[in-house]
Amino acid sequence: MAYLGWAARKIGGALVVLWLVATAIFIGIRMIPGDPAEAIMGGPGSQASAEALAAARAEFGLDRPIGVQYLMYLGKLAQLDFGTSYSLKRPVTEVMGEVLPNTLWLALVSLAAAWLLALLFAAASMRASRLGSWLGSMFEIIAAAVPHFWLGSVLIMLFSSALGWLPAVDNGTAAGLLLPVLTLALPLAGFLTQLMRDSLAAAMGSQFALAARARGESRLMVFWRHGLRHASLPALNLTGWAFASLLSGAVVVEAIFARPGLGRSLLSAVLARDIPMVTGIALFSALVYILVMAVAEGIEKFIDPAGAGA
Amino acid sequence: MSRTAKILSLAFIAFWLLTALAPSLIAPGDPLAINPAQAFQKPGLGHLFGTDESGRDVYTRVVHGARDSLFIGIAATALGMGLAIVLGTAAALSPRWLDEAILRVLEALYAVPSLLMALLIIAFTGPGVGPAIVAVGLSTAPGYARLVRSQIRTLRRSEMLEAATVLGRGPWAKVRNHLVPNALKPLLALVTLGIGQAVIWAAALSFLGLGTPPPAPEWGAMLSAGRTYLHLAWWMSLFPGLAIVVVAAGATLIGRALGGKVKAL
Repeated sequence: MAYLGWAARKIGGALVVLWLVATAIFIGIRMIPGDPAEAIMGGPGSQASAEALAAARAEFGLDRPIGVQYLMYLGKLAQLDFGTSYSLKRPVTEVMGEVLPNTLWLALVSLAAAWLLALLFAAASMRASRLGSWLGSMFEIIAAAVPHFWLGSVLIMLFSSALGWLPAVDNGTAAGLLLPVLTLALPLAGFLTQLMRDSLAAAMGSQFALAARARGESRLMVFWRHGLRHASLPALNLTGWAFASLLSGAVVVEAIFARPGLGRSLLSAVLARDIPMVTGIALFSALVYILVMAVAEGIEKFIDPAGAGA
Repeated sequence: MSRTAKILSLAFIAFWLLTALAPSLIAPGDPLAINPAQAFQKPGLGHLFGTDESGRDVYTRVVHGARDSLFIGIAATALGMGLAIVLGTAAALSPRWLDEAILRVLEALYAVPSLLMALLIIAFTGPGVGPAIVAVGLSTAPGYARLVRSQIRTLRRSEMLEAATVLGRGPWAKVRNHLVPNALKPLLALVTLGIGQAVIWAAALSFLGLGTPPPAPEWGAMLSAGRTYLHLAWWMSLFPGLAIVVVAAGATLIGRALGGKVKAL
């Protein structure tokens, strides 16, 4: 029962969030000076044809009172109808359906890679000397400060231009995925390690770690069973944020590695000022973010030693 | 913060401020002067960081680029933080229902990834420096506002405020004497961390062709131009990127030394 209540609260919260984002976009469209039909079709002074403008007026009910327009707009979104992308001349949902798996796959693999790297760094820092741990924390800070768009270029320079080991353009193979994933995962791993190391050190120095050692558990065992569990919590808490930052990064990475995906579609939609497409992708990313947050919260409940799952 | 850390931090800030305000002191050349005969020169004694496709000196451009990149980063952070302080304080001091409502709005804004929100804003405003500042500022505001709110709420329940209430101090006196000074230091750390991130976001927008237009010497715009010649002239991409990393990493180090947590961003 408690679980059902939690799920209901989550869904209710998610709907409120989506409604607010949708409303903000609606207000945004009205704030563009000039004809709103032109605003939807590529901004003021757009080259949209007279019939495209007439279609937009009919679709968005632009000749009706603003309240009716707003309700029509929300009604469409509720049916997952984001309209037609004027630059691609295709339904927005169709385009998103095509590119979404690419981006989700990239983001998930990068998230997994970042976690793996962060766990390795955090574990290595446990055994490191003072100098080693200082070097480690410098590395984390620098890794977190490296912008995706530059890291991608540096990796291409190194592994593609200079060494010739990996392709610079994502060609669909596993080797082609490696550089985009590294580009997204390294900065994130830097952030996660910074978070994990503090709590890991605290957990390993705690009473229960000492007690477990006294019971005869090996250091490795204690690290694995207790330390990691505590160390992952603050980082897990940030999974939703991490996922959101991966979606941001995907815009850049997909552009650098010429990889089709949600981010690249968004970028071309923004350049063309294709509002239906931009609206669809923004709402959709918000939805994905909310889902990921909910899943991360579920996992956290399960792992937290203070929770019922332990 | 230790004495050495303080001196190093101040030196770092002074160096970048000087570079941004008076770039000609360390790079006397003209960042826009083209010289096609000198195009794609490798880094060397004549051109420290090499030259770009039009023969412009990359070192001069990186130094002069500090002004645009840092200005956008600082302006965006100021905008985001200003908005966050207003929203966060309002939420924390409001009755429960209003606090809940503001929190929902912040959560909604927070649910759109930063760069996506920036792109969304630019879809409405069109590209440019002004829109880039607004976009980066607005997209960072919800994160800050949530922190300001929790900061103020913690302070609000503190004993010194209870004492002030018992002594019959008015709300304005409480805000001025207790909330502002106590919330300021954590905010300073946050702002420092934030500027580093904002410089990165602003450069990202220019890199995508939505911020500072070429040929202005802005770091993101330089990287965007360098990308075309990546296989031919690595130095065009390496040095502007290094400048961003140095600023962002420095801001992170100072922010952390001031007691900021990475979690905020």
